[in-house]
Amino acid sequence: MGRRYDYLVALLAIVAALGGFIYFTWQPLTENIILGLDISGGISVLLEAVESEGSSKIDDDAMNRAVAIISNRVNSLGVAEPQIYREGSNRIRVALPKYGEKEGDQEKVMALLGQTALLEFRDMEGNVFLSGSNLRDAREQWDPNRGEAYVEIKLDNEGGRKMEEYTTANIGGFLFITLDGVTISQPGIKDAVGAEGVITGIPTLEEARNLAVMLRSGALPVALEIRDFRAVGPSLGTVSLQKSVYAGVIGIALVLLYMLITYRLFGLLADIALILYTYLTLWLLSLIGAALTLPGIAGLILGVGMAVDANVIIFERIKDELKQGRSLRGAVQAGFRRAMLTVLDSNVTTLIAGGVLYYFGTGPIRGFAVTLSLGIVVSMFTAVVFTRWLINLLVAANLTKSKAVLGVGEVAK
Amino acid sequence: MNIIAKRKRFYGLSLVLIAIGLIALAVRGFNLGIDFKSGTIIELNLQESFTTGEVRDVLKPFGLESASIRSFGTSGTEVEIRTEILTDQQLTEIREAFRAKWPNLTSQVPAQVDPIFSLGLVRQALMALALASVGMIIYISWRFEFKFAIAAIVALLHDVLLVVGIFAVFQIEVNSEFIAAILTIVGYSINDTIVIFDRIRENQQLAKRRTDLGELVNQSVAQSISRTINTSVTTLLAIGAVLLFGGVTLRPLATALVVGVIVGTYSSIFIASSLWYDWKLREQARHA
Repeated sequence: MGRRYDYLVALLAIVAALGGFIYFTWQPLTENIILGLDISGGISVLLEAVESEGSSKIDDDAMNRAVAIISNRVNSLGVAEPQIYREGSNRIRVALPKYGEKEGDQEKVMALLGQTALLEFRDMEGNVFLSGSNLRDAREQWDPNRGEAYVEIKLDNEGGRKMEEYTTANIGGFLFITLDGVTISQPGIKDAVGAEGVITGIPTLEEARNLAVMLRSGALPVALEIRDFRAVGPSLGTVSLQKSVYAGVIGIALVLLYMLITYRLFGLLADIALILYTYLTLWLLSLIGAALTLPGIAGLILGVGMAVDANVIIFERIKDELKQGRSLRGAVQAGFRRAMLTVLDSNVTTLIAGGVLYYFGTGPIRGFAVTLSLGIVVSMFTAVVFTRWLINLLVAANLTKSKAVLGVGEVAK
Repeated sequence: MNIIAKRKRFYGLSLVLIAIGLIALAVRGFNLGIDFKSGTIIELNLQESFTTGEVRDVLKPFGLESASIRSFGTSGTEVEIRTEILTDQQLTEIREAFRAKWPNLTSQVPAQVDPIFSLGLVRQALMALALASVGMIIYISWRFEFKFAIAAIVALLHDVLLVVGIFAVFQIEVNSEFIAAILTIVGYSINDTIVIFDRIRENQQLAKRRTDLGELVNQSVAQSISRTINTSVTTLLAIGAVLLFGGVTLRPLATALVVGVIVGTYSSIFIASSLWYDWKLREQARHA
């Protein structure tokens, strides 16, 4: 007699512990989830590198440097968590969450990214002899002796060689430094210089700093064009989030209810596993730092509906076994054993699809693959391992031998 | 339940539906959403109610009378205008023209959209799907047999074509999320089909040598039918809630998923096993 109740107590303790854990960690969990731009509001820009005269070839190195430079510029906006990353071989995505509410913010971003200037050094006829991709660094300095500021320029080896070539031949002349063809500086050539040179004669340090920034950030290895610019108002995102969360709560409640009605006590255990599934999936998504978008939420809700599949397969099998006159304990064992192969084969097939999508996809397709595969793996754990655990405890507690626990009491003879 | 006896009817039904869908696609095309069109989107809150005719009149002098104009939001004062790509200069002039008529209007900075991103996604998704199919064929051939694999993939193709057709017929908006929906449907449908095939495989092993193959398939489908229906119901309950309560933004995605789950369930029950049966039958006839 005593043993039976031990199992029941264990079962209830597990459920209570799980409930308490989820209840107390729910808030920190949801606060940790990164919201996608479509929810948090903000600006999303897609930049594409285009071939142009004098620019570097569009390759990995050039793109990575472009990302670094764009990040530099975007940082000057002071956005909390800007995301700047490459998309495919020649595009850069800039996402600025919660930015763009103030008047003029969006124009600022446009200006910052839109005029992704190409820095060039031109000779006196206006021909490009050196591209900005050869520039390594530019820093403003103050010369106290002469009471003026100057900008120190560092070039790479190739740049140094070209600069030396040009300045040696043109002492007494000058050169143009242009951003997108607009002259930003026109220093005279006093002496031949190589990889390191200075632009002197700037009246204030402020002006020198501006020039240095323009040189540094203008030195994009490739020309970038804005291909896609979207702003989402924060109010729209908030309403969408509320609606989708509301829909999610209703959807999950309906699934829980359906399982309870269809599979009675076993359904209740599956429901507990399903709540764990929802929690674990959200937790893993926040752990890998995936941003939750509106379609992502829809996918999660759909996943809840699909996650009970393994339970359904197992319970139907147990029902079959019960109908054939097995005891509850025997039916549970046989049911799990027989269902296992089905669950494995169907889920592995889907996982293969998920794996291929992940391997060959980028951006949203990869994100989709992660969510899909994650859902499958988590549901294998909650719907098979965890549920089995709960059911074994229930059966061991021997509360009832009645087959009504699965809703087949009437059918079984 | 005798699915095998009636299988020709289901083939016919599917072929007719797919044909209608493909004809609609050829004739009317998709109702492409913002992700697949390039252009400029202007969002204005005019602060008072308006008719699209009034908005069109303002756009006329700019040669933009064919722009798409629709109201959005709940206030009835917000309008979204989609045009071809406009320059900053044009945009300023258009905004001034609107301000002359509705002095209190507020505006968002216009969005510039370009379909390259979404088109790239479509290409990528198709490539990945083709490769995923190869992977699934290999796995299913190994665990089951080659005929099961091909039947499952044909059923998948059936589902994708049907969903695509339904979207063309009813002109439901197609956005880049549609790609995710198709991928999800593929995942759902293959799962559903494999569960039934698994039952066929099991019954094959249990069956005596001279069991009628059609009877065996019918029996297997019947044995897995409560699982098929229950899983469809829970999935539909979940995604149906999104369709009904999830707001306008998620509606096209939820619609595609609801349609996909229904189609996927249908093909698992009525198409996939029958395809396998027909192939198997031909093989047996050859050996006999």
